Formats: sequence, C-alpha cells, structure tokens
Amino acid sequence: MPEHTFRLNGKQVTVDVADDVRLLWVLRDVLGVTGPKYGCGINVCKACTSHHNGRAFNPCSVQVKDIEPTDEVTTIEGLAATVGEELHPMQQAWLDHDVAQCGYCQPGQIMAAVAKVRQAADQGREITDADIDEIRNICRCGTYFRIREAIKDGARNM
Amino acid sequence: MTALDPSPQPQPQPRPESDAHVVGRRRFLGYVLAAPTLVAAAELGLRPGAEAAVPSPGVAELLDLNDLLTAAARPTANLISVAVHADGTVSFELPRAEVGQGITTSTAMLIAEEMDLPLEKVRVTLANARPELLFNQLTGGSNTTISTYTPIRVAAAIAKGRLLHAAAIELDAAITDLTARAGVITSVLGGQIDYGALAAKAAGVRTEQVSVELKPRSEFEVIGTPRGRIDALAAVTGRKKFAMDLDVPDALPTMVCRPPTINGTVDSVANLAEVRQMPGVTDVAVIYTGVAVRAETFGQCVDGVRALRVSWNAGSAAGKSDESVLRELESAELPLAAPLAETVEGEFTFYFRGNSALEPNCAIADVRTDRAEIWGALKSPIVAQETIAAKLGLPPSAVAVHVVEGGGSFGRKLFFDAALEAAEISQQLGKPVKLMWHRADDCRQGRTHPMSTSRIRVSYAGDTVLGFDQRHTSVSTDFGHGLGEVLTAMAAQLPVGDLGFSETIFQLTQSMPYDFGVTAQLLSEVDKGFNTGSMRNIYSPDVTCARELIVDRLAATTGRDPYRFRRDFLQDDRSRAVLDKVAEVGGWGRAMPANMAQGIAFHAEYHGVSAALVEIDCRPETVNRPIRDAVSGPRVTKAIFAVDVGLAVNPRGLEAQMMGGIMDGIAQVLTSSLHLTDGYFLEASWDNYFYTRQWNTPLDVQVIVMPPTTGEPGGAGELGVAASMSAVACAYGRATGRMPTSFPINHGTLSFEPKPTEPPIPESPTDGLDHAY
Repeated sequence: MPEHTFRLNGKQVTVDVADDVRLLWVLRDVLGVTGPKYGCGINVCKACTSHHNGRAFNPCSVQVKDIEPTDEVTTIEGLAATVGEELHPMQQAWLDHDVAQCGYCQPGQIMAAVAKVRQAADQGREITDADIDEIRNICRCGTYFRIREAIKDGARNM
Repeated sequence: MTALDPSPQPQPQPRPESDAHVVGRRRFLGYVLAAPTLVAAAELGLRPGAEAAVPSPGVAELLDLNDLLTAAARPTANLISVAVHADGTVSFELPRAEVGQGITTSTAMLIAEEMDLPLEKVRVTLANARPELLFNQLTGGSNTTISTYTPIRVAAAIAKGRLLHAAAIELDAAITDLTARAGVITSVLGGQIDYGALAAKAAGVRTEQVSVELKPRSEFEVIGTPRGRIDALAAVTGRKKFAMDLDVPDALPTMVCRPPTINGTVDSVANLAEVRQMPGVTDVAVIYTGVAVRAETFGQCVDGVRALRVSWNAGSAAGKSDESVLRELESAELPLAAPLAETVEGEFTFYFRGNSALEPNCAIADVRTDRAEIWGALKSPIVAQETIAAKLGLPPSAVAVHVVEGGGSFGRKLFFDAALEAAEISQQLGKPVKLMWHRADDCRQGRTHPMSTSRIRVSYAGDTVLGFDQRHTSVSTDFGHGLGEVLTAMAAQLPVGDLGFSETIFQLTQSMPYDFGVTAQLLSEVDKGFNTGSMRNIYSPDVTCARELIVDRLAATTGRDPYRFRRDFLQDDRSRAVLDKVAEVGGWGRAMPANMAQGIAFHAEYHGVSAALVEIDCRPETVNRPIRDAVSGPRVTKAIFAVDVGLAVNPRGLEAQMMGGIMDGIAQVLTSSLHLTDGYFLEASWDNYFYTRQWNTPLDVQVIVMPPTTGEPGGAGELGVAASMSAVACAYGRATGRMPTSFPINHGTLSFEPKPTEPPIPESPTDGLDHAY
C-alpha cells in the first residue's frame, strides 16, 4: 500500500493506506485520533471539523493522497498546543459557558469557531452574529445559544 | 471496639449532627457492605415516602438481632453503592445512561452534597447491564433524578456517617466534636484526617443494615447551585470517549448495506465474492437487516456497501406515502363527543420526524462461542442483554453489556438496534466488529417520531369552557424496549398488549392543566409498519401544540388576550407563576411590526411546570434570506422559558435541557420532518432533514429556573419541548394571521434533491479542501 506522510498535531506521521481513503478514517481508524467525529461522511454535519494549515476543513471529504507531506493537520487534540497553553481560549470559553451537552459535536464546533474568528480577524473585524449564522455544524442537543455566547467570549481572548 | 472488630455486636452509629433536634425527620435504611474500603449502599427503589420503619427521629436505632439476621440474609445485589477510595475520591456506578442530559453531573452533586466532598472528587461512571435491577436500569421518561434522588443520597449519607465514626476513633473524639468539610474531618479538640485516610478504616467487615437521616434542604450547599458538567473538560479536548472511539482489539469497522425501502429484506446478492476482494475488506455477510461489510477502515466499508449488488424484497411500509398514512389515520380517528354549546374546533397533522442523534446508531460486539461482550450507549441495557442473549443462543449471564456515554439520544437509545445487529454480525463472522450506521441509514431505516393527527373540539358558553375533547391518532409508537423489563417487552410484541400499553403511556403522560370542564383526551394508533420510538417527550409535543393553538383560537373567539386567558384557566399557583414569569420577562403584549408576533404557551409534565414565550419574524425578507442548502424560513428571534421542576439539582444543567427543548420545538414547527414516498423516507442527510441550525437559532434565549417549590426534583430531559413547540406555533399563527394546522409548516415544499436509494449510502466527497475557511 502507498505510504502517506503529513504533520499531525505538530508531529510528522506516516501511514500505509490506500490513496483514496478519506482522511477522517486515516485519523480515526489508522492513527487512533478520535476527537474528530463521524456524523454524515459527506461534509454536511461538520462533526469532524479540524484544521488544514490553520483553516477549518472536513477530513471526511478529503482523500489522504491530497494531503502534502508538509501540510499541518490539527485536530481538537492539537488545538491547545497551537497557542502553547493547556487549553485554547475557545476551549476555555466552552468550559466557562458549560456549552457541551452530549459533547459529540463539540470538537468540531470548537475547531469551526476558532477558524471563523480567525477569518473575521483576517478581515480586520470582530466576529458577528451573521458570521456565526454561517457555521453549519449540527448540534442535535441544541446548545446553539451557548455556542454563540462562547464564541464571542473566546474570540476576545484569542 | 474498633471499626474492624469482627464481633457480632452492632456498631455505634454516628450521632445526628446539627439538626438532631428536628422532630419528625425521616430515616432511611441502607447498608454498609463488606469490602476492603468503605462501600455504602441503598436500594435503588427507595423513594421519598418509603422511609425506614424506624420510629424515633433521635439517635439511630440499632436493629434487633432478628432484624440484623434478616438484613444479612437479604439479597443485596439490587443495591447501588458509593465507594470511598484511599486517594480520597468517591466513586459511583450509575445504573442509567448519560447521553448529554447531565445526569452524571447531577448525580455527583448529590454525593458531594451528602458527603461534604468537593464535586471534583466524585467519579461517576455508567454501570454495566445489571439484570437484578429489573425495572430499575432504564433511562427514560425524564425519570432519572426523580427515582435516584433519595437512594443515592442515602448511600452517601451512610458513607459519611461511617467516616465520621472512624474519624472519632482515629482522633479520639466524640462524633459531636467532629465536622466534615471538603473531604476532611476536623475535631474541635484539634486534629484532622481526610476521607482517603479513613477509607480502609471505615470499611465494613460484613454487610449490615443501618439507618440514616438525610441533610435537610436548608443546609444544601451543592444541590440547587449551578455547576458545570463534570465531563466538560473531556468534551472540549476530544478526550471524551464514545462507543466508536473505544479501542476493542480486532473490532474492525463494519457497516451494513441496507434496503431501499423501510425494513426491506435481502433476496439475493450478485457479487459477494467480488466485494470480499475489495481493498481493506475482510468480511461480507448477509444478515437479517442487509449485507454486512467489515473492513480496515469505515471508508472502505462505505466503498464495499456501495459496490454490493443486492436484490431486495419489499419492506414493511411498501408503497406507503404521507398521503396514504394520513388516510389511515383519518379512518382510525375516534369520534368526538357531541358539542355541548358553541364550539371551537381544529384538526392538526404532524408528519414523521427523525429520532437520530448526531452520534449514529452504533455498537461494538465481540461474540465468542460461549460468551459475548457488547459496548454501546444503551438506555435499556437489561432488555438489550436479554434480547441479544436470546438471539445468540447464550444465557444472559454470558453476555456482558457495557453502557458507554452516548452522543445524544432524545429517546432513540432506548432501543438497541445497532447492538443487536453487531452481535449477530460478530457471531456470524466469528470476529469482533465495530458497527456504525451511515447517516443515510439513520435517516431512512432509523427510528422516527410517528406521524399523527390531533382533532380537538372545545365547547364553551360565555366565559365558561364546558368541555375539551381531543382525539389523537398516531402511527403506532413502538414501546418494545419494554420500559426496562423483558416480560413487558415480550408482551409488547403482542398486538393487543402493545395497543393497551400505548394507551396507558398516553393517559399517564397527558393531563389537562386548564379548568376546561369535562375533558377527554384519547389515543388511537394504527400501522406497525414503521420504525418508531419514544422520541423526546413522546406524545406531548404534538398533543400540547394542538391544544395550545386551540386555546389561542378560543381566546381570540371570545375576545380575550392569550396570556390572560391561560392565566384565568390555569389550575394552580405553580402554573400561573411560570406563565407570569415569561410574560413579564418577555414583555408580553409589546408592539411588534407587521408579520412579527409573540406566542405564549404552557405545559406540565414530569412533576414540573413550564411556560414559553417566543417572538417570531415572518417578514418576507427574513423568510427568504438566502442560505445555501438550507431552509431559512421564519426565524424565532427571542425565546423566554420559565421552568419549575420542584427542585432543580443543577440549575445550569436544567437550563441547558430547556435550551435544547427550545431548539427541538423550533425545528418541529418550522423545518424538521421526513417525507414518506413509496415506502421510504426521502431524507438521507442533515442537509435534507433540517434540525435547527445556527441560522434558525434565536439571538435572545433566556431560561428562568424558578426557585424550589415542592422540594423534590422533577424530570428535566424532555420537559422543554412541548411548551416551546406550542409557543412557536402560536406565534407563527399570530404573525401570519393563520393558525397553522400542518407541521412542520414547510412540509409541503421539498427543500432538497433526494439522494438515490441504491446504493443506499452516498459516496464521500473528495473536494473538502476547496471548502476550507
């Protein structure tokens, strides 16, 4: 089987897996990194949201062969290390607002929130309710309102 | 005598502390169990009112020898127990399923309260299936805290009493000279010792029954205070483990190729051998629900499922559609009572709704010739164990069922469809499997909230309501999860028994909170061809929504304000208090622009009362706001919810449950339904089945947890749905000037292009990087 290598949460990893296997399964089934969750497999529910070179993406919809050796993939497990802290400010905001219910979607929600705040910052502005309306991540427990509050709080500390 | 004295004399009991003077405090019986460190226990059936038959409120009575022998001989297997460990932590195995509703946190709070221990020192895990608990290991009906509030505290109080007793010996002090605080016992004479150091010294050398008083509510420092979830850190760091995250050796990913129609069956497979040769695939096998594919990765399972060429037999809903089911319901509707005077009437239709959580159906099974092990989020693990054992041909005692924390449930995980399938596949392959349903499987073959209709006739004369008649007609609700007891599960498989059971549940859950004269609410059910279940709040969202819309119409017909009208007819102060609260906080009656309106509604259940006030925006520019692959539609802009559950153990958790209920209510009125066509549901994705998303979420949500009233906790998990759904429907009716009668309001417009049914699951895209942001 072909070998694929990329950077995952700050470390170079190498896997032996077919080219077309989606990255979500490389992370979960091959590498045992289970923070990104399966919720649909077709880039709709966003439960697997992680970062690719700092931008939010959904590994359920990317073939492993499309990840370059120097690409940095960050999952929820590696988020805090990107700021050199025990917790990323967005994770802390999630705790402060007691956002999670079942918690299944929350790794993806947090990764999406961080990217959305960065996106606004790159445009030289603070995140707005209209930005948050664009976040497509499903939370079937319906914690959306606490998510909104936590994103705004977390953004202030990013 | 020391704590470890094996002699048969009963041990002295700790003297009741500061409240020893309280007359009439109830005592409860529990146990100290023989164990290396302290383990205190109580019977799970223990409820308020079932206090111990110990007459004196004073110093704990010692049981006489006869009682002691009886107690010693009594089976203690049905106990729940708290264990104190040498590291100062206390552990408890909760015989319920945590699926997001927050019961591990509230349970830890009960223990922390009664033991005077910091919350972070309490570890709550989920118990394996324990068949000896019979009815008492079912998570449903918002009943967890109602049923466990007393026994958990009794066990914790006994543990604390033992610790005090052991400390008295260690510190050479009278128990009355000791204070327990934050896991440390301090003597007024000087000296202190922590719980960890006492764990072994306080251990029971034999099992004995003791009685105990519980901390009075006036001394609560934990119960009733808002606390964050104990698993929050694990959740936000990705460390929280769900079933599919477990590393069970050799349990490889497995999926099932499922039929194109509901409950279809395999006729033949053209290319089994070919699919077995696909990359990563280890096994392919025909099972009772389809064709199982086991592979190195789930991605390769998807490929295998999509490659299978299967001929299918028709399913249990062959040829059926929304229209045909509606006709079935209409023909099964029971007649209304004759009108008594002037009437207001209405008929409402509620389409099928998906009961899927975000975590799809899934389970791990490792079945060997003589035993089996199952892992899954199971709310009815005893029935699961019995049923799986029967299917495998093993005795139940040979089937270990591990209850894993679930990624949502909303009633869905009362059933164990995936666990049963996983067990069958594992047995057939002779290998462990990690079975997961694809999202499309969950949508099309999963459990649903049954489609229903509700017809109401209210008779009135002047300002008096003379009678309220409601006929609820529903596709059959499957209660075959047995509400925790396998005999009931078997009885429920009988057509007559099941029908009676549904009606019983209906009558037990429906009540009339208004003084509406002669009231009759009746259920009739039809058609067992669908996979249904007890979706969050079961019948109540639909029944209540219909009722509250008619209340609005009645108020309008008689020229009265919807809030005032409800207030005048509600039956008690608790009910009026929550209604008043939302009216006050939400500014009931404030002027709104055209096409915007408020709605208000009330619901009582689970020993609690609730009211919701929402504001909705139905202006064209809002309804038609563009959002890719989505239903935009009217937006609820504000939601105010007041809830009185009697006593909120964790107000912050209760608030979270009500928020979830609000989002469910919004979804069920505005966006969420399944479309039945030719024996299958068109939906196969979260962008087909539109649960509430951020763009539908109100920007102003306030939940008001009322101060304690009854002093006993009511249910929380399901309570938020009915009043929310009703308030949204009422608001929509007032904003548009037309009472909605069909739910969700957009059901008549298909907002997506249906995915094919063969192959049954879609291919994963490859362009994910193009959508990065």
